[in-house]
Amino acid sequence: MNFKKILPQLITLVVVILVFGFFSYNAQVNMENRGITFGYGFLSQESSFDVQFSLIEYDGSHSYFRAYLVGLLNTILVSVIGIIFATIIGVVVGIARLSSNYLIERTAAIYVEFFRNIPLLLQIFFWYFAALRALPLPEKAEPMFGVFFLTIKGFFIPAFIWNNLDIFIYSVIAAIIAIIFVRAYAKKKQENEGTQTPVLLISIGFLIILPLLSFLLGGVDASIEIPVIEQLSKTSFTYKGGLKLPPELISLALALSLYTATFIAECVRAGVQGVSKGQKEAAASIGLTPNQVLKLVVMPQALRIIIPPTTNQYLNLTKNSSLAAAIAYPDLVLVFAGTALMQTGRAIEIVSITMLTYLTLSITISIFMNWYNKKIAIKEK
Amino acid sequence: MFKLVKRLTSVVAMFAVLFTFTTETMAAKKSKTLKNTQKKGFVRCGVSQGLPGFSNADAAGNWTGVDVDVCRAVAAAVLGDASKVKFTPLSAKERFTALTSNEIDILSRNTTWTLSRDADIGLTFVGVNFYDGQGFMVRKNSGISSVNDFKAGVSACTNLGTTTELNMRDFFNSKGIKYEPVTFEKADEVVAAYDAGRCDTYTTDKSGLAAQRIKLSNPDDHMVLPETISKEPLGPVVRQGDSVWEDIVRWSLNTMIEAEEYGVTSANADSMKTSDNPAVKRLVGAEGELGAALGLDNEWSLRIIKQVGNYGESYKRNIADTGILPDRGPNELWTKGGILYVPPAR
Repeated sequence: MNFKKILPQLITLVVVILVFGFFSYNAQVNMENRGITFGYGFLSQESSFDVQFSLIEYDGSHSYFRAYLVGLLNTILVSVIGIIFATIIGVVVGIARLSSNYLIERTAAIYVEFFRNIPLLLQIFFWYFAALRALPLPEKAEPMFGVFFLTIKGFFIPAFIWNNLDIFIYSVIAAIIAIIFVRAYAKKKQENEGTQTPVLLISIGFLIILPLLSFLLGGVDASIEIPVIEQLSKTSFTYKGGLKLPPELISLALALSLYTATFIAECVRAGVQGVSKGQKEAAASIGLTPNQVLKLVVMPQALRIIIPPTTNQYLNLTKNSSLAAAIAYPDLVLVFAGTALMQTGRAIEIVSITMLTYLTLSITISIFMNWYNKKIAIKEK
Repeated sequence: MFKLVKRLTSVVAMFAVLFTFTTETMAAKKSKTLKNTQKKGFVRCGVSQGLPGFSNADAAGNWTGVDVDVCRAVAAAVLGDASKVKFTPLSAKERFTALTSNEIDILSRNTTWTLSRDADIGLTFVGVNFYDGQGFMVRKNSGISSVNDFKAGVSACTNLGTTTELNMRDFFNSKGIKYEPVTFEKADEVVAAYDAGRCDTYTTDKSGLAAQRIKLSNPDDHMVLPETISKEPLGPVVRQGDSVWEDIVRWSLNTMIEAEEYGVTSANADSMKTSDNPAVKRLVGAEGELGAALGLDNEWSLRIIKQVGNYGESYKRNIADTGILPDRGPNELWTKGGILYVPPAR
């Protein structure tokens, strides 16, 4: 009886091992036949290619591993920006779709239907080349507030030049830890004594006072560097100083968030509509204000419906960011699975690392969202 | 019990699939590219996604160019018909993987011959069909007339995964100039971005610059700077490990160049059979048994010359007459001041 249960599993296991073994053996034999060597040693070699935009210090004299980190951080950067904006736009549009105002409801619906039905790659090309055509050359750019310059060569913004930046960061971390403690204390107090503590005010206070102290006592100092126009040749200009966000980053983030927001909007709509009308009426009848109804009754229940499909959208956005290669944004695929792969020819090694990296990123997002989902789920007693 | 039987059958089926895979790899172990090509009836050739003069498809899908002609020559030699080629357009990034993973048998895609490519990643370069060098294109009104006029902060558009990317860094580093590399996977996007003003300069092989300039909205507003910053010998590539196939591709290319040297053209090839010069007679297969050494018949080289033409004809048809690079420069025969020099066919 037991044997009959185990046998199929055993066979499955053997088959899986055989298939993997066969493919890796096959790859090995074929690589050997064609004189291709295998190994990860190249990661420490000098990369000898440059990247246009990097969050960490990098140039061609660094290693391929460093180039990998540059690509990875750029992927994370555009994903995080995309997720934040997609969430904001998605929530706003999702709620707008439930509006009783006909114009708002229709506008939101048209937006959703329009953007989710056009392939993402086309949208990325559209935003990139539309932006390139529409944006002014550096010398013709109108300054925004006198210090921001949006040009075809990028968005030039003032940068902070820090002294003792680490102390400032510690102070922010300390503030966050303090807020976590205050929140835990306030929750306990409410459970035990029924009194409420103004957590929000105290939190804001911490966030202002601690970093402020770091300026006054910690020797932290920040000055602002404003981009200045510079002439490269008779007709070509750029900006020097400050921070430069490449147009590739802006158009990619724009395309990703506008596209993904449509799906999130539908999740939000489904979530809010999924809370039965009786819940709201019951909440109102016990004297809760409309705000409290939304915060204490509708949202906690809607979130349970919203979170799982939204997780999928976050994962999609992160994976879709690999389309960056089409418009020269130096993400993981362009830098590592593109240039580095070409220069080393190590296809199997680099593709396997890249796949593992995306897998890790996705699983991390998944784990976090599952944790959050569990946290807000109804705890049946 | 029935369920168990069902599962067992699926397992057996899987083993059957595995087994056929294994036998196939065993057969391919000798890498009989020639045999496979003859069996299929066409040559599988990897080309660019559109580079006028080298490999470019017209509206009807007909490929032309000097790189294309190398594959056509091989098809004429091996299959007897220069039109029996299946072209696969590849990006710079895809090209080597396509070759090593058996999707194509010849990569003839303006590819630079370097040591690491030749020795490290399972490829073999068989020769050079175009001697090139990297240059820069700028706007005429920019006032830049030499590479020495570039200043720190200059942004340069180019293709990713090319030797261009590395040369560019070497060049700007040696000048001590900080630059901004903007790299795209496809050449069309590089051109579009440069055209829109995203970059101050567009850098790639000079032949490529000359060819891509035609695609700009106002080609006359742009010019290629005189300096050449690198050596770029471009040539066809095959997979490592099949020396017969390697020889066929190498000598198909050499035949075209040698035919030009001896004045054998597509028009007069047949009449050359009765030439007094034994070298010419060997070239058109009227003397010697050169074809047998390659596993081909003795008319192989005659077919190349008759159907594709000699190197000079191919250059004129594809590069000179299209206005891309009327001057042959180093790609002239060694007897006429260039560096085209191939080993003798004997």
